[in-house]
Amino acid sequence: MNILKKTIFSVLASLLIIGNVYAADKIKIGTEGAYPPWNSKDASGKLIGFEVELAYTLCRYIGEQCVIVEQDWDGMIPALIMRKFDAIMAGMSITAERQKAISFSQGYADEVASLAVMKGSSLEGLDTPAGINLTKPNAAAKKALKTLTAALAGKTVCVQTATIHQNFLDSGDVGKVNVRTYKTQDEVNLDLASGRCDAALAAAVAFSDYAEKSGKPVVLTGPTFSGGAFGNGVGVGIRKDDTELLKKFNAAINKARKNGDISRIATKWFGFDASM
Amino acid sequence: MINSLPKLLNAAAITLKLLSVSLIIGLFIGLLFAILRLNKNIFINRFAYGYSYLFRGTPLLVQIFIIYFGLGQIEYLRTTFLWTILKEPYWCAIIAFALNTGAYTSEILRSAFQTIKPGIIEAGKSLGIPNKIIFYKIQIPIAIRQSLPAYGNEIILMMKGTSLASTVTLMDLTGVAKYIISTTFRPVEVFIVAGGIYLFMTFIIHNIIKFLEKKYSFNS
Repeated sequence: MNILKKTIFSVLASLLIIGNVYAADKIKIGTEGAYPPWNSKDASGKLIGFEVELAYTLCRYIGEQCVIVEQDWDGMIPALIMRKFDAIMAGMSITAERQKAISFSQGYADEVASLAVMKGSSLEGLDTPAGINLTKPNAAAKKALKTLTAALAGKTVCVQTATIHQNFLDSGDVGKVNVRTYKTQDEVNLDLASGRCDAALAAAVAFSDYAEKSGKPVVLTGPTFSGGAFGNGVGVGIRKDDTELLKKFNAAINKARKNGDISRIATKWFGFDASM
Repeated sequence: MINSLPKLLNAAAITLKLLSVSLIIGLFIGLLFAILRLNKNIFINRFAYGYSYLFRGTPLLVQIFIIYFGLGQIEYLRTTFLWTILKEPYWCAIIAFALNTGAYTSEILRSAFQTIKPGIIEAGKSLGIPNKIIFYKIQIPIAIRQSLPAYGNEIILMMKGTSLASTVTLMDLTGVAKYIISTTFRPVEVFIVAGGIYLFMTFIIHNIIKFLEKKYSFNS
């Protein structure tokens, strides 16, 4: 009986301790931890990357403590809405579709998307401009979309699920391609390398990061994409009713930008200044 | 919510297709390995046991990942004709599901064979029926009848198992549910509808098995 009492007591005590840790007023930030260099994990499982470092910097400016929690990409927005955490910093672009469900802070970084193929693919070296903006596509951009439509007809293009890249392919701007969706960018990369995908679409840096780390001959092709379905930069996702926190993050981003923190951290992780 | 129902029902058809194709292949694999398990030769016997042990002892998710992503990593394989099959997520899922359900089915059938009373076989022998005919016309039908309840369970388990097809890019019921959630951000409602469809399919399968059990009941 005594042992039973002791056990119950110690279980309750430990629950209280655990409860206390979480009861403390920390801002919880959700990230994916699988989209380098935006956010990823090192060999020991610790979260690292541009957004992890930036999150701690922003929290210093806000003057509150933060914890960063991991969340699968496809459940990111539902988890925010269900209060599993208070903010999203996961390379999430600000799009009109997402803004129906959540608010976004001002953008803190922006970075173009690109198609990637394996070296030697017939899709290599498409005759398109270096980059196109889809917000108000000019004649060159429209021509590039036509070139892509012809080149991608009947091809399998792989993307991570619930991303701007999937939205773009679903939008029909490049005709009817066979879109295959994956839970993580890692899996997209694996299937691009295996040859199951004719091409893949993601942030250009996601491919260069993969090519560098894996040594696989992954090359970018076609134009880089921005605007339109690709959104207006990456911002902090926050619940719509959480206007206080939104103000805090916007102010912190202003300060961090002014002091050069965002461009310093961006340059460190991307190799170029992706801040905005 | 209502407008996502047709999409989910279409996806349920893909789930049923995955299920039926893998069950048919799995049944043949299961029957073959059940017979191998009953073989007196120790190597054949152990081989069959090893197969069933391997596929019953590891999670289906791991199996499907190894077959899809794992085999895709082997460069040599990509130069062989096997790649035309393994390149397709659909066939990778079918292979994984069929091998998995085959392992369970072999165990179900083996135990069913072993519960057949020796008297029945002896009766056949005393009537001068050849061993082969006894096996095909007496042992197999009895074993199938014996294993119906357990096999019904296996079908239901397998149906739920097909939800893992979405992890290798197939747009089955779970895959489409996830896709709808990715645009509506409403997981609870969508998963409840998807869950309801799974439940309905279980209801149908359960009743088919019940009907078959009654039809082939020994007492009728």
